[in-house]
Amino acid sequence: MTATTVEYAPDVAPPRRASPGDSFRARMTRRLPLLPALTFTVVVTQLPFLYTIYISLVGWDRDHPELGKKFVGLKNFRAVFADDSLRSAVLVTVELTAFVVVVAVLIGLGLALLLDRRFFGRGLARTLLIAPFLIMPMAAALLWKHAFYNAQFGLINGIINGVRGWFGNHTPTAWSILTDHPLIAVALPLIWQWTPFMMLILLAGLQSQSGEVLEAARVDGASNWQIFRSITLPHLRQYIELSVLLGSIYILQAFDAIYTITRGISNTTNLPFAIFETQVDSGDYGLTSAEGVIVVIGTIIVATFALRLLSSLFKEGTR
Amino acid sequence: MPTSRLRTTAVFAAVAVVASLLAACSGAGSSGGGKKSINVLMVGNSQMTDIQKLTADNFTKDTGIKVNFTVLDENSLRAKVQDDVANKTGAFDVVTIGAYEVPIWSKNGWLHEVSSYADKDAGFAASDILAPMKTAASGPDGKLYGIPFYGESSMLTYRKDLLAAKGLTMPEHPTWQQVADIAAKLDDKKTGMAGICLRGLKGWGEMFAPLTTVVNTFGGTWFDQGWNAQVNSPEFTQAVSFYTDLVKKYGEPDPQTSGFVECQNAVGQGKAAMWYDATSGAGKLEDPSQSKVAGKLGFAFAPVDKTKYSGWLWSWDWAMPSTTKKSDAAWQFISWASSKKYENLVGTKLGWSRVPDGKRASTYDIPQYQQATSAYYKLVKESIENADPANPGVQKRPAIGVQFVDIPEFADLGDKVSAYVDDVLTGASSVKAALDKGQKDAEKVGALYRNK
Repeated sequence: MTATTVEYAPDVAPPRRASPGDSFRARMTRRLPLLPALTFTVVVTQLPFLYTIYISLVGWDRDHPELGKKFVGLKNFRAVFADDSLRSAVLVTVELTAFVVVVAVLIGLGLALLLDRRFFGRGLARTLLIAPFLIMPMAAALLWKHAFYNAQFGLINGIINGVRGWFGNHTPTAWSILTDHPLIAVALPLIWQWTPFMMLILLAGLQSQSGEVLEAARVDGASNWQIFRSITLPHLRQYIELSVLLGSIYILQAFDAIYTITRGISNTTNLPFAIFETQVDSGDYGLTSAEGVIVVIGTIIVATFALRLLSSLFKEGTR
Repeated sequence: MPTSRLRTTAVFAAVAVVASLLAACSGAGSSGGGKKSINVLMVGNSQMTDIQKLTADNFTKDTGIKVNFTVLDENSLRAKVQDDVANKTGAFDVVTIGAYEVPIWSKNGWLHEVSSYADKDAGFAASDILAPMKTAASGPDGKLYGIPFYGESSMLTYRKDLLAAKGLTMPEHPTWQQVADIAAKLDDKKTGMAGICLRGLKGWGEMFAPLTTVVNTFGGTWFDQGWNAQVNSPEFTQAVSFYTDLVKKYGEPDPQTSGFVECQNAVGQGKAAMWYDATSGAGKLEDPSQSKVAGKLGFAFAPVDKTKYSGWLWSWDWAMPSTTKKSDAAWQFISWASSKKYENLVGTKLGWSRVPDGKRASTYDIPQYQQATSAYYKLVKESIENADPANPGVQKRPAIGVQFVDIPEFADLGDKVSAYVDDVLTGASSVKAALDKGQKDAEKVGALYRNK
């Protein structure tokens, strides 16, 4: 971005900030409109969280109401840290998120570059490319599981068997993505769903490029690759950062694909699914809440670092 | 005046927020709907989807009670009902629960007893219900806590035409070894025909329903009478090795994704030659409108090894959560759904092979039903009558249940061990490693009861 100093025109007042000179009443009046939204947010997010913290310190087993609810201190937290399967769930979460986000951003960038050109039927192509993002995650996961992955009826093995047939091999393949690459089987529908999202953000970035700069570069004799490498990519940097950040936030929570496609077997259990299973299978509310609290704390730590890193990148980008 | 306008807006907004919160609360409490409506939560089996189709034109028309159905798969249904009744949210007036839940949940006080209703309702004919089904739906106090909708045992379904083409015959009471030999001959990788379809989907109620009956007849058990875990005992190991070998060699592809529904589809689409599963799965397969193999199927008793019978015993029951405020309307629905009249309605409207059977002795005397299910109705009745939940294997058990152990911890234990066995099916683990892990989980559960 070009470094320009923006000066306020004299007739436009800067946004008003509260100054010590304001009366109490004036300050309250200014804040009042925010109050309903704030109250609502506190009621629906913070109170349940405080209650979750309370439950995480309690022994409360749904299946044994005769035992009652007892304060057990940090017992639930100790149980969480002693559980190997949760540690592997953390690893799966990281693997899955990184894989899906990187692939979706790369494909999304490619599609955005193509859509940035003018061609006949561009509007239609854009709508079709966005379509996967509009499909309900559960429906998408079911579609992939049954229509694409099924080893007997599915499209993928159908194509493989068809190609084998051309070469005279009529035995159906014994290969199946669900057995041989379960984590990729979970990742593909997520990539399919989130690529359009990445594409939209990056397309917005491409279309905000200044045409004059590109024209000037072309006049100076820069090749297409040089233009992409030295002008477009640096310009897109903050858009890529944004799509990686938002994508990670959403993919971290992936649940539908895992529940539908693998039920978490063969090492495809991520953190949200692991917590779901604890609650559903054991009915131990205390343990489940402890897992939830630990995940929230972990997320806050990671998010703080990620946001700090990103905001510093943003500042570099605009300097 | 900007200030006063702001204040008015804020007051409105605050009122709106409070009102929406109140609405949300009351929504959870009374679960909406008028006085003449009930909420029913049920499992998505074909018998349940049938009743969903028939309710509005029959039950609602006759009684004026509107029925809102929520349909879930088996695993989510259990969790949903459990959370609902354990926390007394009262969102549902009628729920379907299985034979596993009735004794445990009635003991916890989560269910409304239905004996008093069944005794008062002369048209319901409670004396007609089969004895094992009644036992399965009773609580420890002897009262009924559920009304069976349909009952089932397990049996072997096979393609008569494919066996005949290879000159094979299926004994009426096959052994597992005979079944494995036939599966080896029927399996055809070229045409994509699986020799046998067996459940491999994770879940105590999925994979471990058939697998526990195999364990029983091979002489194994989850726990001995003193609550000592027996998961890595030689008999249990032999049964799991046999089952996983059979599926891996001659079973359906991706067995870890196949449950009851998937296997039923595979057989119905002509992609599997045999299937060991619930007797209630046969109706859909014998219905030409839903199956490509109707009329080509033969049926045999659940395969055995060391026991005489090995079929399981299961029923899906209608129950009222203790939190319902509409118990009279709920009973009206239950009474209709499990009546002879409803069986007749399904028979005439949808076909006699789709009747929710296995609960009433009189069902087996209906001529049209006998005709439609001639291939298996006697076998089903005999299997149900010979299933013994108290003594299903070769040794004494600490808790009842044929294909399960009737303690609340079993669902979690069975789910975990089935995930380990799935690793065997996908080739990621050995049987020994899987069952050694399972033994550790089972020991923890056994210790809870040993100390009592």
